[in-house]
Amino acid sequence: MNFSSLSLGQEIGSRTISVSRADLVRYAGASGDFNPIHFNDRVARDVELPGVIAHGMFTMGAAIQLVTDWAGDPGAVLDYQTRFTRPVPVPDSDGGAQIAVVGVIGALDAEHSTARVDLTVSSGGQKVLVKAQAVVKVA
Amino acid sequence: MSINPELQGRSYPAGPVYEVGREKIREFALAVKATHPAHFDVAAARALGHADLLAPPTFAIIVAQRADARLIEDPASGIDFSRVVHAEQRFTHHRPIVAGDKLVAALHVDTVRAMGGGAMISTRAEITSSDGDPVATTRSAILVRGEGQ
Repeated sequence: MNFSSLSLGQEIGSRTISVSRADLVRYAGASGDFNPIHFNDRVARDVELPGVIAHGMFTMGAAIQLVTDWAGDPGAVLDYQTRFTRPVPVPDSDGGAQIAVVGVIGALDAEHSTARVDLTVSSGGQKVLVKAQAVVKVA
Repeated sequence: MSINPELQGRSYPAGPVYEVGREKIREFALAVKATHPAHFDVAAARALGHADLLAPPTFAIIVAQRADARLIEDPASGIDFSRVVHAEQRFTHHRPIVAGDKLVAALHVDTVRAMGGGAMISTRAEITSSDGDPVATTRSAILVRGEGQ
């Protein structure tokens, strides 16, 4: 990939990520985020959530893989930000929930040889991340 | 109990050292469904110019949330963890994180805004090597939901 081959609005790819209760347990253990709303329906409902929801950081962390695979070097991601606008409820079923990710080049900076990839991340047809943007160093 | 508005401007100095291990990188990479070989295979990471296994782009959340925990678990903060919802997150990497790094984080409470019966709290963790070299800046906003929110 070289900088001159990139254009604004270019789609870098798309993918679907599945997330089950087991994935949330794994993420809790790996990250150290043991908030019970991510594994305990009773606690989640007690705080007026629909039930267990995914860690926002699971969604953010999984969505960036589209960008790192495209960039070729995960170390090329210089900056990555998002807002978590809507929770991803994860039902107690084998399939869990599905998260759809699409990446488009939203800005190009020739001086610094960086590209901003804008991610559209949705589940159940509704956006769950907003202003999900990654700035990537292009070799 | 409500959120203590005097939290704004508070800082927690660099806490204990977090040592980045190869197996933790592999474990975290699996947990975010990352498949890039640089997270699993030392030779693949070195082929890209990294000194050791490369951490995924959101790995620094482990260090950042340990720093945030010092605020959340501070009895003076008035924060009920089960009512905390993550609202925003940003990572600015000054250099990639690799296995063998020894990291520390200083936490700054940048803003506290009352929202309904709860509050939006923005924090910033300045993550450095134990020698003080900048590694990453993470910014987080958490919404502490009031009753009925």
